[in-house]
Amino acid sequence: MFEILQKQILNPYVTLMKIHAPRVAAKAEPGQFIILRTDSEGERIPFTIADYDRENGCVTIIFQIVGATTEKLNRLNVGDSVHDFVGPLGRATETDGLKKVAVVGGGVGCAIAYPVVKKLSGLGVEVHSIVGFRNSELVILEDEFRAVSSEFVLMTDDGSAGEKGLVTDALRKLIEKGEKYDRVITIGPLIMMKFVCGLTKEYSIPTVASMNPIMIDGTGMCGGCRLTVGGETKFACVDGPEFDGHLIDFDEAMKRGAMYKSFERQTHEETCNLFKEAE
Amino acid sequence: MPNMSPTKNKMPVQDPVLRSSNFDEVALGYTEEQAIDEAKRCLGCKHKPCVSGCPVQIDIPAFIAEVAKGDFEAAYRIIVKSSSLPAVCGRVCPQEIQCESKCVRGIKGEPVAIGRLERFVADRHNSQPDTVVEKPVPNGHKAAVIGSGPSGLACAGDLAKKGYDVTVFEALHLAGGVLSYGIPEFRLPKSIVQKEIEGLEALGVKIETNTVVGKTVSVDELMKEEGFESVFIGSGAGLPRFMNIPGENLSGVYSANEFLTRINLMKAYKPDSPTPVKVGKKAVIVGGGNVAMDAARCARRLGADVTIVYRRTENELPARAEEVEHAKEEGISFRFLTNPAEITPTDDGWVKSVICQEMVLSEPDASGRAKAVPKEGAFIEIDADCVIIAIGTSPNPLIKSTTSGLDTQKWGGIIADDAGLTSKEGVYAGGDAVTGAATVILAMGAGKKAAAAMDEYMTGQS
Repeated sequence: MFEILQKQILNPYVTLMKIHAPRVAAKAEPGQFIILRTDSEGERIPFTIADYDRENGCVTIIFQIVGATTEKLNRLNVGDSVHDFVGPLGRATETDGLKKVAVVGGGVGCAIAYPVVKKLSGLGVEVHSIVGFRNSELVILEDEFRAVSSEFVLMTDDGSAGEKGLVTDALRKLIEKGEKYDRVITIGPLIMMKFVCGLTKEYSIPTVASMNPIMIDGTGMCGGCRLTVGGETKFACVDGPEFDGHLIDFDEAMKRGAMYKSFERQTHEETCNLFKEAE
Repeated sequence: MPNMSPTKNKMPVQDPVLRSSNFDEVALGYTEEQAIDEAKRCLGCKHKPCVSGCPVQIDIPAFIAEVAKGDFEAAYRIIVKSSSLPAVCGRVCPQEIQCESKCVRGIKGEPVAIGRLERFVADRHNSQPDTVVEKPVPNGHKAAVIGSGPSGLACAGDLAKKGYDVTVFEALHLAGGVLSYGIPEFRLPKSIVQKEIEGLEALGVKIETNTVVGKTVSVDELMKEEGFESVFIGSGAGLPRFMNIPGENLSGVYSANEFLTRINLMKAYKPDSPTPVKVGKKAVIVGGGNVAMDAARCARRLGADVTIVYRRTENELPARAEEVEHAKEEGISFRFLTNPAEITPTDDGWVKSVICQEMVLSEPDASGRAKAVPKEGAFIEIDADCVIIAIGTSPNPLIKSTTSGLDTQKWGGIIADDAGLTSKEGVYAGGDAVTGAATVILAMGAGKKAAAAMDEYMTGQS
């Protein structure tokens, strides 16, 4: 059992939790992920590591409430425990030799982009952060990003915070202004990453996208997380989760990601009703 | 007087129609009368040919003699001297190519049903109230076992019996390895696996789940920082192989590993499971081994019309004869000499059909095995909305890539000698991680051998 040491509501749909998992905390690096189960009958779901504290043996995850399991997780409080917590899985973000990087995050993906920005700036890399949300209510980690970014652009779909528009608009502006990036790192919804990668391809800027497909074991055993990268099949859990964004077949990834949509919607609604009854 | 019936006592089974829609165990097990009657078919040969066919050398005629006398506990004590998991092996061993293939009664008629008797004895023992296990006296040495599948459990059990402080590290949330995630409930009830594991825990074996060795902690760290004097690697062959044909990443295409893990480990067949599995109406399973049969029979139970495609003929099917027979009884069809060439998509990226190349068998090669070669220009199309690839697995590279000085074969298998010793001092390996995908009993045998060698190594150290 892995105890929840801290819980913080970041916005109505996104929660941060610090979970006691000393073995995982000892090894965690930005870009890697963990898999947890809330209870003994729960499903295994992957979350990217948002932060870690080796000294106190805890790992931070930030999650969006999208289905039955995240709903259940969100009902746990400080002092409660999750049944299983395994990691760190996948490869860490590669940071060698970088001088100037643009990190483009969307929605809850910003929770995963943040530790990458933090690590890069800690290494002395100049980081420009571009983050996008649907509206002001959903904005997370703004202060944290500002503190570690040499340039910070906040975009919202409706203009209720920052500038109105898409992250790709902001990125294009910076590039056209003459900013020269060695690399763009993008983390967020597939459709957003697809367009970010499309844009950087125009300008030939090496780009890495962090993938978060459906998976079960996270160790290379099931192959459920496979995707096509440069015409080759890769497993996101062991070969990734970060890949060359210009080579990823995003359309295939989006179709695979939708495989269990109807099931998820159904269980989500069932849980919501259950909770309604319980209250 | 021995029972001279030329045939085995039939195994009582669940009706095929009924069972093709449930996940309850298919084979129901002998009654006491049937077991005694079957045991009396054993001639008690002095030279014990059957024992030479058993990878862990169970004293088969001796345990069968006890069954014939009706002393089932005595029979159990004989089996567990050599086998750590009798209730499991009685169910999943390919006895027809092992012990039973050597049985003298098999020359004229059917061999003695050794596997069924082993299962009977183990189940009979497990149905009795638990006897208090005496914990072995600790010998002060500490050993680690990586992987809680058949080889790891066998190794851990033998070491614990000798007084070692043993910790088993398991990557998943549940112990058992392939016994838990791979072999379906209807062939090997999970309660039996858990019972065997509890037995090991009663001996003092510690099991740390949720620990991916190579990620969470490395072999080198276990030895240098956590005080494990010797390590056994029984991490299996968990990496699924794909065919690398067009359409393999469409929605609805699974590796057998994923499909079986969803069903067995995550219980996707239960209506209230939070982990789903989509089988659709028509499933095509690619492959001819036990895993293919397991996947096919699971898909059938979830309501699909199931076709197994295999590139050779029925004679070459690597699956146990009993599994093939059970699959057929459950209404699964086979297409032999057929090999997928492409999976075609629907407009929204799901499987629509499998285009297969027809094959012919060549003359047997030097190894005696006939090769399947394509029949020029001959293709057939099979409608499907689900495809399950069950063409084999290879060892996971995670441990090799994170352990200093551990040599592996080109294909990923860890190089180990007969006793299980690897290229790294104090580190032993066995089971599928060394041999590539094989059987539960061979893995168990390797785990036991390694335990003996590790014992020698660790006692030699002090």
